[in-house]
Amino acid sequence: MFKYLPLTEADQQSMLKVIRVQKMDDLLHDIPASIRLKKPYQILPRLSESQLRKHLKTNQGKVLQSFRGYGVYEHERPAIIDAISSRQEFLTSYTPYQPEVAQGTLQYIFEWQSMITQLTGMDVSNASMYDGPTALSEAMMMAVSVTSIKRIIVASALLPQAEEVIKTYARHRGVSLTILNPKDGLIDYAQLMKEMETPFAGVIFSYPNRFGLIEYFDRLSPLIKAKKALVISYNDPFALARLKTPREIGADIVCGEAQSLGLNPNFGGPYLGYLTTLNEWVRKMPGRICGYTKDNRGQRGFVLTLQTREQHIRREKANSNICSNQSLLALQATIYMSALGKRGLVKAFDQACLVTRYLVDQLIQTGLFTKTYKASYAYECTLTAKVDVKKLEKALVQKGILFGFPIEQNQVVVYGSETKTKEDIDNLVQAIKEVQHDLH
Amino acid sequence: MTYTKLVFELSSPGRVGYQLAETGITKTNQPILDASLFRQEPASLPEVSELDIVRHYTKVSQKNIGIESGFYPLGSCTMKYNPKINDEMASLDGFKLIHPTQPLETIQPLLKIYYDMANMLNEVTGMGGTSLNTFAGAHGELVGLMIMKSYHEARGDHQRTKVVIPDSAHGTNPASAMMLGYETITIKSKNGRVDVDAIKQALNHQVAGIMLTNPNTVGLFEKDILTIAKLVHDVGGLLYYDGANLNPLLGLARPGDMGFDIMHMNLHKTFSTPHGGGGPGSGPVSVAKHLVPYLPKPVVVKDNNQYRFDYPSTSCGQVGGFYGNFLVVIRAYSYIRTVAQDLMNVGPNAVLNANYIQASLKDLYKLVADQPCMHEFVMNGLIDQTSGVKTLDIAKRCLDFGIHAPTIYFPLLFDQSIMVEPTEVESKETLDEFIKIFRRIAQEASTAPDVVKTAPHHTPVGRLDEVSAARTPVLHYQALTKIKEN
Repeated sequence: MFKYLPLTEADQQSMLKVIRVQKMDDLLHDIPASIRLKKPYQILPRLSESQLRKHLKTNQGKVLQSFRGYGVYEHERPAIIDAISSRQEFLTSYTPYQPEVAQGTLQYIFEWQSMITQLTGMDVSNASMYDGPTALSEAMMMAVSVTSIKRIIVASALLPQAEEVIKTYARHRGVSLTILNPKDGLIDYAQLMKEMETPFAGVIFSYPNRFGLIEYFDRLSPLIKAKKALVISYNDPFALARLKTPREIGADIVCGEAQSLGLNPNFGGPYLGYLTTLNEWVRKMPGRICGYTKDNRGQRGFVLTLQTREQHIRREKANSNICSNQSLLALQATIYMSALGKRGLVKAFDQACLVTRYLVDQLIQTGLFTKTYKASYAYECTLTAKVDVKKLEKALVQKGILFGFPIEQNQVVVYGSETKTKEDIDNLVQAIKEVQHDLH
Repeated sequence: MTYTKLVFELSSPGRVGYQLAETGITKTNQPILDASLFRQEPASLPEVSELDIVRHYTKVSQKNIGIESGFYPLGSCTMKYNPKINDEMASLDGFKLIHPTQPLETIQPLLKIYYDMANMLNEVTGMGGTSLNTFAGAHGELVGLMIMKSYHEARGDHQRTKVVIPDSAHGTNPASAMMLGYETITIKSKNGRVDVDAIKQALNHQVAGIMLTNPNTVGLFEKDILTIAKLVHDVGGLLYYDGANLNPLLGLARPGDMGFDIMHMNLHKTFSTPHGGGGPGSGPVSVAKHLVPYLPKPVVVKDNNQYRFDYPSTSCGQVGGFYGNFLVVIRAYSYIRTVAQDLMNVGPNAVLNANYIQASLKDLYKLVADQPCMHEFVMNGLIDQTSGVKTLDIAKRCLDFGIHAPTIYFPLLFDQSIMVEPTEVESKETLDEFIKIFRRIAQEASTAPDVVKTAPHHTPVGRLDEVSAARTPVLHYQALTKIKEN
């Protein structure tokens, strides 16, 4: 017997009797004898719960004091997020196929849609996507589907993880991707104008971009729309609490990685992709969408809606194959946004920017770093170093610190979370001073 | 009255539910950013105190039922118990607080878990290589087909534009094929199984592969699987296994031994990780040896007892930001390590449970295949149709008894499908209770059909108007405030 397998020998016998067969094997005649499993699995040995606990507690990663973002951000994270999202009603339920017993899930999806459309300024959101990069891939396919043109231009410097994933999706779908080289960390306007002479389905922008810089595309949107192509904006939603909304500057689709809204780094996943758009393109949107309705008692209720876009109805004519995906993470983000609220998210953004400025100033004062770009930055900043930043990274790990992301031998993107204090940064600077002489 | 407030409706200007650190950094008079960069209006997020948020979501959660509330026999969804120890392991700081780009020397144990997990899944599936980088079953399917495409292209075989899919397949199969530009050829089922003659007719050198799930969505094992594998391999195509129904094969058979070349599995089904109300899942992709070079990148490799990421040029590409849903992988790893050799008993017990319910209901409900089933079975509504009670009514009435309804109206082969999958974790007593409820509903259908047709009666909300939801979509709170309720 095993604790997850309740059938006793007596249960099995009485059940076989009801089924009117002699033995278990009588139910399995359809499996050809030649492929019936004949020996036990050769897997790692069994552990009890206490053994497993000991095994994994002694085999964890090293938790570091982090000054690294690069698409994955540490933020102040209220304890209520885990307390609420670990309730079994949320954690163990399935996709809300029977809405009468899944109003809990449907309601928070509706709230999630309400909050993320507030941040992006867009008309509609779906229930979630796997992560930012796959959301961007789906946005790209939406533009291709709307325009029937298989070419996409990437104008801003995207995070490499997003760029790699859209390359994969584009290659397998026969979509040609034109990725522009940044000029001084920003969009190369001349290059973009030239590329826009050849037909294209959409242009991808991003702010803050790979280097942490803020650059808007308001002057470009009308030119793109004039060519009947779509403007796609890839944004960290945390930044949209303060910065101009992509809607204000002409986006058709806004998507990105919402890990920054209350999710831990989780060694890369699970995260939370989001995808929002204008009413105009809602029928081209992938994924589940939750809508308001009423029940037969006249009460407010919520259901999955506009399902004729989806795979279980449309099969090979669906917009995407995506089913439900990161629902529990959408709940976490919704709780986070409820807690931070209208003012808190703006304050957290401002504080992260303040911390980053202090961090940058202190790093520059060591004489080892200079700012790489002139443009405005938010909570990440690219620095050029006089030392080998990969060696510096290694040396600082020894001191329990995760330094910024080394994008070149001599360039690093640093991040100042609002959770960091003056003391944390002074300690970092002190640590750099201690190791700097071993780096040349 | 049911609690139906939205968190926005608890908001009052100035209230907060957060607390930020005192940074100790003095602000200068200079603005941090130029105000011209700012949005016009702040996002209209709620302003609520911490207790009110907690109460709100507690009340909201109480309108859901989970696997711990009661039996959840959703067919093809494999709703098994989600062990607590697995959640505890996934919450360790050394997993959840790790940045995905940390230097390799700080993440060796995590890479070892990936490496060991891939090897264990290879053994359980009989395949040659596994990637854990995919986020969900549907994502695994899509990536599996990318591997198929990469394989044919690497061989210079560019004529393969079609994928063969039975009509009983999950909807994701044709949708995934479409996303990669494949044309799909649908094969009609015969007596609940794929029709081998129809497959023969469909196969030629334009076929990239066949997508099958086995046992299929009718709950039957495709007994001609070895013949089908030979047929598709003979024309140079590949055989894809949709692992949504892998659970009953544990301890009984392996897709690799059946001749499948590529497959995905759902860790949130077979390997007990929570469904989370629709994610996060994890959909590892496994392939036969000759397809290992095409697995998505990065790949975890081991040299000299050190683990690192590798980025093979033959790979079908990077398919997600990082390495999949790591915390889900940790849970599944914990499951496999604790269940260990008892995995051999999972399949048989799941099969026995399904057959027991099937045998106990077949005098009242129309079986679509009156023969032993595997992990699930399908009923095409009631035998006695005189009451006019439909599958939808039966499902809704089921909710009144505190258990989740089975999957309904799938597979599409039958117009009144009710698909029941009990899984191996349920006791005979739980199954007996379910049987009693389903027999009672059948009886009510003849004695008090209106009770069934107007169900549910005891759920937080009654039947919901899905038609008007789709006709006039109201998709967020701001839109809701603009319409007059009532």
